Amino acid sequence: MLKFIKGHLTSIDHVDLFPVMAFLIFFTLFIGVLLWVRVMRREQVDHMSALPLADDCTNATSDHAH
Amino acid sequence: MTERFQYDNRIVKNFLFATILWGVVGMLVGLIIAVQMVAQNTPPDAWYFWIVRPFTWLGELEWTKFGRMRPLHTNAVIFAFVGNAIFAGVYYSLQRLLKTRMFSDALGKIHFWGWQLIIVLAAVTLPLGMTSGKEYAELEWPIDILITLVWVVFGINLFGTIIKRRERHLYVAIWFYIATWVTVAMLHIVNSIELPISLTKSYSWYAGVQDALVQWWYGHNAVAFFLTTPFLGLMYYFMPKAANRPVYSYKLSIIHFWALIFLYIWAGPHHLLYSALPDWAQSLGTVFSIMLIAPSWGGMLNGLLTLRGAWDRVREDPVLKFMVVAVTCYGMATLEGPLLSLKSWNAMAHFTDWIIAHVHIGGIGWNGMLTFGVVYWMVPRLYGTKLYSTKLANTHFWLGTLGIVFYAIPLYLAGFWQSGMWKQFTPDGYLVYKNFLDTVMEIKPAYWLRALGGLLYLSGAFIMVYNVMKTVKAGKLIADEEAEAPALEKAAAEEEGGHWHRWIERRPIQMLVGSLVVVAIGGLFELVPTFLVKSNIPTITSVKPYTPLELQGRDIYVREGCYTCHSQMIRPFRSETERYGEYAKAGEFVYDHPFQWGSKRTGPDLLRQGGKYGHSWHYYHMYDPTSMSPGSLMPPYTHLYEHDLDTTTTKKKIEAMITMGVPYDPGFPDRANAHLVQQRDEIVAGLKKDNIDAPADKEIIALIAYLQRLGTDIQAKEITGR
Repeated sequence: MLKFIKGHLTSIDHVDLFPVMAFLIFFTLFIGVLLWVRVMRREQVDHMSALPLADDCTNATSDHAH
Repeated sequence: MTERFQYDNRIVKNFLFATILWGVVGMLVGLIIAVQMVAQNTPPDAWYFWIVRPFTWLGELEWTKFGRMRPLHTNAVIFAFVGNAIFAGVYYSLQRLLKTRMFSDALGKIHFWGWQLIIVLAAVTLPLGMTSGKEYAELEWPIDILITLVWVVFGINLFGTIIKRRERHLYVAIWFYIATWVTVAMLHIVNSIELPISLTKSYSWYAGVQDALVQWWYGHNAVAFFLTTPFLGLMYYFMPKAANRPVYSYKLSIIHFWALIFLYIWAGPHHLLYSALPDWAQSLGTVFSIMLIAPSWGGMLNGLLTLRGAWDRVREDPVLKFMVVAVTCYGMATLEGPLLSLKSWNAMAHFTDWIIAHVHIGGIGWNGMLTFGVVYWMVPRLYGTKLYSTKLANTHFWLGTLGIVFYAIPLYLAGFWQSGMWKQFTPDGYLVYKNFLDTVMEIKPAYWLRALGGLLYLSGAFIMVYNVMKTVKAGKLIADEEAEAPALEKAAAEEEGGHWHRWIERRPIQMLVGSLVVVAIGGLFELVPTFLVKSNIPTITSVKPYTPLELQGRDIYVREGCYTCHSQMIRPFRSETERYGEYAKAGEFVYDHPFQWGSKRTGPDLLRQGGKYGHSWHYYHMYDPTSMSPGSLMPPYTHLYEHDLDTTTTKKKIEAMITMGVPYDPGFPDRANAHLVQQRDEIVAGLKKDNIDAPADKEIIALIAYLQRLGTDIQAKEITGR
């Protein structure tokens, strides 16, 4: 696929680096995201997961409305 | 220190009621056109004539024909129904996730009324035929500007609320809201660049292949960032709430989020497989679509597994039932989508009703059912009471689910079946179904069943309206809901310190910029090559700009929404070149502002229509399609024989084309109308030969001129003297 892109973009200097750059940017991004979730602390994950459930302090009458 | 404050429920209620209202309207329009599509020219002696008459009568009126109602239907369900549902969900969940009232009540009101104004304007202008002719982006330029302004108001309110929050961490639902906001802004602005010639008419700045690429980059990401990401945000908030347990895996939601927004933005070209779009862009669309399965299913599984240990409650709780069906439909649609973007699969399904079935699994399955679940969950809470009737909600659930089944399955079969008929050859190598209409006749039963499915689904929605009204009556709106939370202390951030990833997690602006970078890079890598590089669109010397009369005719074609049923894109298959003629070349469309390739063939492709029939054929056919094609489902276009062609705009239109680079002579705008009259008289003279006394100044003449021009440039190489 690279040759098609190169063929069409020859007017840009060093255009052959573009796909490599795109790959690197997003490879880094994905590795970063994976690392991020890898190092997340247990208590932080629990805190984040509990956020939607944490706002029931008010209006208790409506909890079992169905 | 604990602070007391109030959640603003009034704005949520407003958006919620608007959701219900526009949902019913949008679905009703859908039902009307579903019936029109199968019953339009029902003969008066048919037993069901009077049952379908209200629908077919609308189809005979100028304003409520399929071509104008279909954009109304899609805009109403996407931007009015789903749009208001998004805002209701965001305004409810954002306040509670961030433990603060919305940033500004006034901005909320402007946002609400602004959005409703846009919807009303759409509901008026689309039937009047004011359209830019680009799917899901049909609204004309003043409304486009209004959308931008209202979207900015929403953005200020969204980020203002995030900034004044009392909860340090941004829950994953909010990431989805942020990505939605920033990407929709980008898509809308880029796709709506157009050159106005009056308050109600503009031309897309892009032409042909480029216009197609931008349009489907927009169109696909409207699905991604208007119908998917905000609803995933709602799923991540409301599903844990309804199930009363935390999301299955928060870590999965993080990976799922970034992967989804990055991959989605590249997938648009899969709408243009086998078209005149450069091959590399088509392949790019396919590759990224396949990769999308992973994050999409990550989201679906995360949603369904949130119910682990709560499945017993799914049996009793209609809210959870709706959500389970919604998420299941999401999973089905997001597996099917990537499969449809495989070229072999796409060759079969594209332009058929298969795609209509696919999008409705998404629309009425994922968006519709999740919205209903959220409505049933929220209304009793906003009104401090219980739902009026669980039984009715369950009835709604079954009607909705059956509606989806009756809607989708017949259309899947119809698509598969019709595609087979299009491609069937005799042993001698001739098309078995030479007449396109024969293939339509075969699938009419599926169209009836689809209308039945729509009726079931709409009936369910009416039951919801009743149930909600009764619930509202029994309770009282808690307009300002009391809440309390500790104030957010700045120092705490440094104390916890530690992990670098919190840099982005706590900071909305970084999140905004991060999302924008991710989606903008995808967009740039895809769009820029097609724009910068001439070799992507090989020019064909015989392709000439439209004559003034043809251009006027083309604008009528756009106005009537002909593209909603007819494509102008012959794919390079023998079954298509045999039926329609030479396959489409990129260079043929360089003067098409906007492109009119279409996405669905309810009628045949029109790219090589020019010269196929005489003028008189078109003259009779447009007045009464069944006169030339017995059994045709196309509505009559009698108003084109009544309205005079507005020639006062000709000069402006040609000038606009010149501005956009169409090579007319500099002095041509002034001579345009003279040229128009000359060509018009030629057509009228031609009709005269067939004993038709056609009034020269009517719109139909311009439309015939355009139809007769279609696709003839390529042949022009062989035909001397053109």
